[in-house]
Order: sequence, then C-alpha cells, then structure tokens
Amino acid sequence: MGVAITGMGIISAIGHSIEDNRASLLASKSGVGTLKHIQTKHSELIKVGEVSFSNSELTKQLHLDQDHNYTRTGLLGLFAAKAALKNSNITTISEYRTGIISATTVGGMDMTELYLKQFATNADVQKYIQTHHAGISTQKIADALGITEFATTISTACSSAANAIMLGARLIKAGKLDRVVVGGTDALSKFTINGFKTLMIQSDALCAPFDADRKGLNLGEAAAYLVLESDAVVQKEKKEVFAYLSGYGNANDAFHQTASSENGEGAFLAMQKALKMAELNPGQIDYINAHGTATPNNDFSESIAIQRVFGENVPHFSSTKSFTGHTLAAAGAVEAVFSVLALQEQTVFPNLNFKTVMPETGLKPVTSVVKKELQHVLSNSFGFGGNCSTLIFSKA
Amino acid sequence: MEKTHHISSYCHIKDSRVSLNGNTLFISAIAEFSAFIKSASQHLETKYSKFYKMDNLSKMAFLASDVVLNHAKLPSDKENNIAILLSNRASSLDTDRKYQDSISEADNFFPSPSVFVYTLPNICIGEISIKHQLHSENCFFIFDTFDANHLWLHAESLLKSKKAEKVLCGWVDFDENNYEAFIYLVEENGTIAHSPNEIKRLYKS
Amino acid sequence: MTELRLELKEKIIEQLNLEEFTVADIADDDALFGNGLGLDSIDALELIVMLDKDYGIQLTDPKEGKEIFKSIAVLADYIADNRGK
Repeated sequence: MGVAITGMGIISAIGHSIEDNRASLLASKSGVGTLKHIQTKHSELIKVGEVSFSNSELTKQLHLDQDHNYTRTGLLGLFAAKAALKNSNITTISEYRTGIISATTVGGMDMTELYLKQFATNADVQKYIQTHHAGISTQKIADALGITEFATTISTACSSAANAIMLGARLIKAGKLDRVVVGGTDALSKFTINGFKTLMIQSDALCAPFDADRKGLNLGEAAAYLVLESDAVVQKEKKEVFAYLSGYGNANDAFHQTASSENGEGAFLAMQKALKMAELNPGQIDYINAHGTATPNNDFSESIAIQRVFGENVPHFSSTKSFTGHTLAAAGAVEAVFSVLALQEQTVFPNLNFKTVMPETGLKPVTSVVKKELQHVLSNSFGFGGNCSTLIFSKA
Repeated sequence: MEKTHHISSYCHIKDSRVSLNGNTLFISAIAEFSAFIKSASQHLETKYSKFYKMDNLSKMAFLASDVVLNHAKLPSDKENNIAILLSNRASSLDTDRKYQDSISEADNFFPSPSVFVYTLPNICIGEISIKHQLHSENCFFIFDTFDANHLWLHAESLLKSKKAEKVLCGWVDFDENNYEAFIYLVEENGTIAHSPNEIKRLYKS
Repeated sequence: MTELRLELKEKIIEQLNLEEFTVADIADDDALFGNGLGLDSIDALELIVMLDKDYGIQLTDPKEGKEIFKSIAVLADYIADNRGK
C-alpha cells in the first residue's frame, strides 16, 4: 500500500494555496513571466516562475516580527510547511514523534547576495549572516512549528525534495517517526540566475518541455511539503488519506557533473527501482509527471529512459514545469503535490507550449487537461551530480 | 539471524595529511590546501585527468573515497552496488564564494560555468560515481555537526533492505581554511563493528 | 599569429585547469574536444566566457562553439577575424 499522505502545502508561481494551484492546473494557467522582485540586467532575457508575494507580504501573512531574519527561502518554506500541517489537521505537534526533512539549494543566498558588501558595516543586516546556511532555513521552520524530534536538510540539487520525501517514508516505515513533514524550498536568486545563464540552458521564451525546438528552462521559486503519517496514527486519528507513496527509487547516472547520459541510465534505474518497490508493472502507471526541464539534454535523456522502461506503451506524460518554472530543490515536492492532485482530480495536467514532436523519440506529451482514470502516478526528479529520483503515488 | 555489518576501512584527510585505517599514507609540510591535495593525488597515483577541474570540496571527497575504494579492491568486471551517503555543515560554501566573486563587480562581470557547476555539495558524489561507475543510491545531508547516528541508521536501512551491498559514508566539510574529510566503507565483512559508537570513535581518531 | 596561438594555449591550460599539460603538449592542429585534449561541454562554455572577457566576442548559441573550438589554429583564426579587444 505505501506510506499515507495526509496533508499538503504549497506556494508557487501558480498560487499561494493547494486550491489556487489546483485551479491554475485545471485552467492551463501558467505562472511563468517576467522577473519582478530581483534587480538584474538579465530580467529582459529570461522568463521565470516567481511567487507573487513579496517578502513583506509573506512576513505579514506569517505574522512575523518586522525584524525577523528569515530569508525568502525560509519565508516560502514556513508558509508552505504551516499550510501542510493545517491541511493535515495537526494542532499539537508533540502528540506524536514528528520530524521535518527539508530540501534546499539556495538557503539564505537570496539575502547574502543582497547584503554581502554591507555585512561588515551595517548592523541592521548582520542578522542575515547566520541564515545563509542551508540547514538554518530548515531549523527555523522546525522551531516555528515546534518540531523537535528530528530535523535535517537534504541538498542534492533538483532531486532534493524527492529524496526528502523518500527519507521521510523510510523513517516512518522504520518506526523512528510517527509522522514527518517532507519537501523543499528554494527562492530565486541572482546567483542561480547567473549560474544557469552561464551554462546556457536558460530560455528567453516560455519553456517548451519535450518540444523539438525547445531552447532551455525557465527558473522558478516555490516551497511545497507533504505530511506523511504512519498507519497507526492514521487509524487512531481517523485521518483522511489523500494518496499513498507506494514506491520510490534513487540512482546515480555516473556520467557528468551536470549533463545526463545519452541512454538516461540514472533515470532508467530510478524508475525501475520505484516500480519494483511498488510491485507494479510499467503498464500499471497511468500518468508520468516528468522532470521535463525543457533543456535539450534532459528531455532527450529522460525520453530515452522512459522508452527503455515503458517500451511501446508510454503512458500519458507531461511536465508541469511549464506552469511553475524549474523550482530546483523544491521541484520534487511541488510535483509530488501535483501528482496527488492528479489522483484526486482523476485528471492529467497538460504540458504547455508543446508544438512539435522530438524526431529522435516520437513521444508526444499530453497538451490539454485530460480526465482519465488514474490509479498510479509516477514523478521524476533528476539533479545535477547525476542524482536521479523517482516517486510513485497511488490512489487512496 | 540478521547479518551484522562492519566498517572495512576508513580514510581521514585533515591538516595536510591523508591516512587510511589510522596509518599515514601521505603527509605534507605545506599548509595550503591546493598544493597539499595536488601532491597527495600525485603521491597516491590518482591518475585521473579530470581531478584538476574539481573544486576543493570535490577534490577532497574524491581523494578520500578513492583511497577507501581502491583499498577495497572491488571487482572491475561487474557493477558494484555501493550506495553513497555524504554530509557536511558548510554545503558548497567554499565554491559559492568563488562563484560570487565572479559576479560581484559590475564592470568585470563574467560568471564562470565551471565554478558554478560545483556550487552544489552533491556534485562530489557525482565525481566519485563517474570514476568508479557507481549507479547506486546516493544522498547528501547538511548537518550542524557530524551525525554518526543518522548515517548509521540510513546505511543499515539500505543494507538490510538489500538496496545496496556496501555503503560509502562520511563527512566532507570545506569552509575557508578549515577542511576535513572522514570517509568509511560499510559492508558485511570487516574488523570494526558498524555502530554509532564505533563511527564516532573512528571520526575522532 | 603564432603569438596568439601561444597565448591561447597558455590561457586554455590555466582557465580549464589542465594541470597535466604544458604549452608544448598542445599542437596547433590537435583536436581540442573528443579524442584530442578531451575537453567537455563545460569547458566549451568556459571558452565562450573567455572569448567575451578577453577578446570581446560574444557567442549566443553554444552550438556555434563546435566549429570555432575545433583546434587552436581554427580558434586563433576566428579570433583574429572577429576580435573586439
């Protein structure tokens, strides 16, 4: 059956709540556009999936003191983690052994890059020196939510949140925790924007995953968390289960620091492992929420891996990064939420901006909202460093 | 009866010294990391042309892992199912600073792709996997301090569930002039019991 | 022309961390990518940055690099024809 998912929280370019995100997905309404909150000379040359709340709006929504030292990554993370606990009707954290596993790559970089030159002289901004650390964003969220049993941070690039979800499930199965908040958060930053620009894989247009003429990715920012609970807690508290995490797998592509191998070995192994754990045949997967970043390299490599696993019978698939942009460390959790929404809505979400099939593979993603009986959804997240993860979600 | 697991070998890199199972393999009089690690890799005959492109964190993690994995004399004719679990406190901060330098002056603004590539702590796992062709599970954790319990639990879980035959674990931290690497291999056979206390003892040794 | 070729060899060794090579090891017509010097896609991107930073040439499409970076000789000719610095 798997590990029960009893709550979700999300904030992304397509909405500040589960309801808003769901509505945008069903209306094919993308949140990718022009960069507003960061001053950079690249603003005209890129498109991003930005969360519309400014830091002061987030501060207000979270009822924080004005002189707090949360960075944007922390603010987004706290917003989504709080929402996930509320969604799961958890009011007393200490009632059960509760942990948090959060993923991030940016950490407090968004503030550090703004104030680095002032740290030595401006006392007002020195509070952000401490919060640069990737682990601090998790610790601050844990402290704010009263989670004391277990807290850790995973940083494995774009598969981080998927790995956080995997670890959470393992801790529950091992009986080490009764429930766990798992997911990730990353804010946009000049550091990342410039970095991806220099790798020349960012598109100046809306990204078109799996399209023959795709030019690259759009960066995004988001935070998303799932609440996983043990069967014992679910039964005792009579919790509503949204879906089950029935399988997961992780493997290393062992090819290059940032590019994926031509035969998608890491992706292939991760998908195989997840299917094996879930005890499913490829034919039982009803929808793949692909990693689909719209870079020439990933979409080709992932397509080959998908064909190696599914053969002639590739199920409906789409990349929702055309809605949110590539949210880096949060992506695995954002797309986990979308996979659960797909199961709840019995609907496959579209792969926006797709026009032409890739000649090398002939694979066509779903391009409109499609109502379909869904029992099992597979979600891919592949990160730099060859870290490939796959999660399988099954209908409750 | 459940199989017990053991630590079959471990490597420390700290204070210009590389040691394996407590024995010094190489020691340098030079305090500066770049010069030290270059001599160490030459002395230990790493012979890997891509070594020089790596950032400090990856060079250190790679060398320590190479020492341990070469010592293990793994069969080269089959795929080795060795999972990798590494951790640190500073993430990729050393390289992040270098990268930030390349974008901090408006009139000398040239972000470096080869530096940016290393601004993630888990790239070092990628480097180790590429050289030893390891496709197994891998993860990188950020801890406040070295956490033997967490690594022990995770490694045991992978071995018991047969997700991996061996697990390469450790702590690889690089922050300004402070660096340390502690890498150990967990498998069925070995002379040191795989337990949190033993891991802590070896870490401190 | 030979001065530029020498300069490029020195720059490439330094910028791409080719510590095991000296200028004498790189012949003008050696393949830089693939079987020659064994440079990869990230090295190509670094060379694109070098073209901009040191020679004032901006490449917007990474695929253009494939032809230009064939060898030191080809690269030197291209820079001589197009340099802005």
